[in-house]
Amino acid sequence: MLPTPSTSHVNYDRIYEPAEDSYLLLDTLALSTETKFLQDRFAPATASPLVLEVGTGSGVLLAFVTAHAEILFGRADITTIGTDVNPFACGATAETVRVAVTEQAKAGKNPGHFCDCINGDLSTALRHGSVDVLIFNPPYVPTETLPEARSNQEPLDGPASQAAFERDSHLLALSYAGGADGMETTNRLLDQLPDVLKDVLKRICEGLGGWNAEVVGTSGQKAGWERLCILRIWRP
Amino acid sequence: MKLLTLNFLTCARKTCKSSPAAFPLHPRDAELEQVETEMNPVFLRNILPRLEWEAMRSITTELGLPSLPAETPDPGALLENDGNGDGEDAGSAGPSQIARDLHALLMETCIASGKLVCGNCGHEYAVKEGIANFLLPSHMV
Repeated sequence: MLPTPSTSHVNYDRIYEPAEDSYLLLDTLALSTETKFLQDRFAPATASPLVLEVGTGSGVLLAFVTAHAEILFGRADITTIGTDVNPFACGATAETVRVAVTEQAKAGKNPGHFCDCINGDLSTALRHGSVDVLIFNPPYVPTETLPEARSNQEPLDGPASQAAFERDSHLLALSYAGGADGMETTNRLLDQLPDVLKDVLKRICEGLGGWNAEVVGTSGQKAGWERLCILRIWRP
Repeated sequence: MKLLTLNFLTCARKTCKSSPAAFPLHPRDAELEQVETEMNPVFLRNILPRLEWEAMRSITTELGLPSLPAETPDPGALLENDGNGDGEDAGSAGPSQIARDLHALLMETCIASGKLVCGNCGHEYAVKEGIANFLLPSHMV
């Protein structure tokens, strides 16, 4: 069982606290079916794969992937990058990754290479064709409206105030609210996928066309209304 | 924001996506800082093919940093030449000066604050405390 990166430094008043969905994604990534997929796809001694996590939140997942690159990818020389609409999440992510990577180095292991976490929307800041693996735990709760990411987020640190409370509530809403059927943000990302992911191989199997999708992890039978699924979506 | 990150970033606006001028973003009024990190020669070798070398060269020039060589170094150039007569075994060749310089530039040189400007539309993305803000007002999306 690979250790979960510590997020004890994170302020959960304004950043999504890792929950069942986060841990299911971590556990699924570590499954032998998924590590085999990644290791076959990104053989060692090839160019460093770029892994983008959209919506890093506390950074627990990106830190996990960066710290345990050698186990997940069979190689330590991966490059990781994150985005989040919440600027506080960007700072938290950098710290979570830093802590996890330092721990790995102390244990004599080789972690991957984290670039930065950008305060941005989905994959819009990334150059077309630059990303090899995109990981996303979307805001999926059905809500009447979708909150908007605000571009002028002045950090209002200091004593609690009504304005700060409203800002924090808004940031938390961004982390879980999925709009109509809980699918609006997910649909926006699916639209961006074909552009941002890299066409690594010359498509000798072009005839296959289309993308494949498979459910590779689920939360199984659960009391309550949530049933969680992890999808792997890939271009052959 | 590490300089390496600029290798992957472009203007976030849809209208700029098809314009070659939108990459790389141009740093302006940048305050730089060096953050020491462990060098990994395997990573350096395998990140080379991912680098848009001309773009990275132009960024270093715009930042007033020592320029990168005209062309992407050969992977072999990242290892110290053991023909320097100190008796070092070729199998344990350490990183060359080129490798050390590349590491210092890409992984350790960071933009702490400043702006990243799109060469196509002129929009300026602010960098504060090392975090770049790529959120756009809705009319610019």
